[in-house]
Amino acid sequence: MSDSDEPGEARLDGNAAGALLAEVFRCEPSMARAVCSGCGAIAPVGALWAYGLEMGAILRCPVCDTAIIRVGAAGTAIVVDLRGAVSVRFEVVP
Amino acid sequence: MARAAIPGRLIWQRASVTDTRVETPRATTLRLAAPDWSGHVPGQHVDVRLTAEDGYQAQRSYSVASAPEAGLLELTVEDLSDGEVSPYLTEELRRGDQLELRGPIGGYFTWTRNDGGPLFLLAGGSGVVPLMSMLRYRAAIDSDVPATLLYSSRSWDDIIYREELERLGAESGVNVVHTLTRSQPAGWTGYKRRIDRAMLGEVMDETQGAKLAYVCGPTALVEQAANDLVALGYPADRVKTERFGPTGG
Repeated sequence: MSDSDEPGEARLDGNAAGALLAEVFRCEPSMARAVCSGCGAIAPVGALWAYGLEMGAILRCPVCDTAIIRVGAAGTAIVVDLRGAVSVRFEVVP
Repeated sequence: MARAAIPGRLIWQRASVTDTRVETPRATTLRLAAPDWSGHVPGQHVDVRLTAEDGYQAQRSYSVASAPEAGLLELTVEDLSDGEVSPYLTEELRRGDQLELRGPIGGYFTWTRNDGGPLFLLAGGSGVVPLMSMLRYRAAIDSDVPATLLYSSRSWDDIIYREELERLGAESGVNVVHTLTRSQPAGWTGYKRRIDRAMLGEVMDETQGAKLAYVCGPTALVEQAANDLVALGYPADRVKTERFGPTGG
């Protein structure tokens, strides 16, 4: 990961955090639809903005920049913080 | 999958290099044999992990280049000269060498026949790789979904899959439009600038009414092109993006 201060260059898609989230969720995480607690926008996790993928990821709302999902690896654990989401809807049958 | 795995669980698996192919001065395709590979959907990526003798590990994500129908796994890796992984993958790996991978990963930036079309694919540099998997799949299943690829490269020699794209254009009806941003061969009559809204508008006229777009490449290119497509009338949820950003090295 670059240490560039230019946000446009550090930004990836939620899709890029797919491996981390797939460790936790049985359903395809990039297709789950997250409702932003900041503005109510609904977007697939794969379409959120992803930052900081070296140790984990912060997935932000592309509309209002709220941090919807934080996911980090800590040893053998993966910690998921969903407080920025009103809900995250997983389709059991894709 | 041979071993009893939790459904969807990503497991690191060993793969061996069965062939390497130089695509351009900066991009190399690795053909891999992965006994536990479960297959993929066009557009998905894998994580590749390298472990040094002292235990230090480095991990990067690479898009799958091959079509699922090909029955093999190919990754095309761009050599970022200051990268920590890609120079090894593109220059040092030889047939028989081993690496670790896990995947396939992702379900958002994918295309199968059920997703319909017509398709408008936009690529910058090695962003063409997941789109190539889609085009190879489209040809393998004899899909008649109209497809246009607008592909930005630095120069003629930097066009990854150049000859195969010509074949796909001639034999499977893919409309391929190149733009060469840094240098052009003598007599070049095509685009010679970065993708911009005017170019998108012109190429859009050749897409047979496509309203489903996949954009992959450097972050700046992806964001501008995605914004321009929405400004030109695409529904935002029909513009799927995959940004490379500064990582991948």
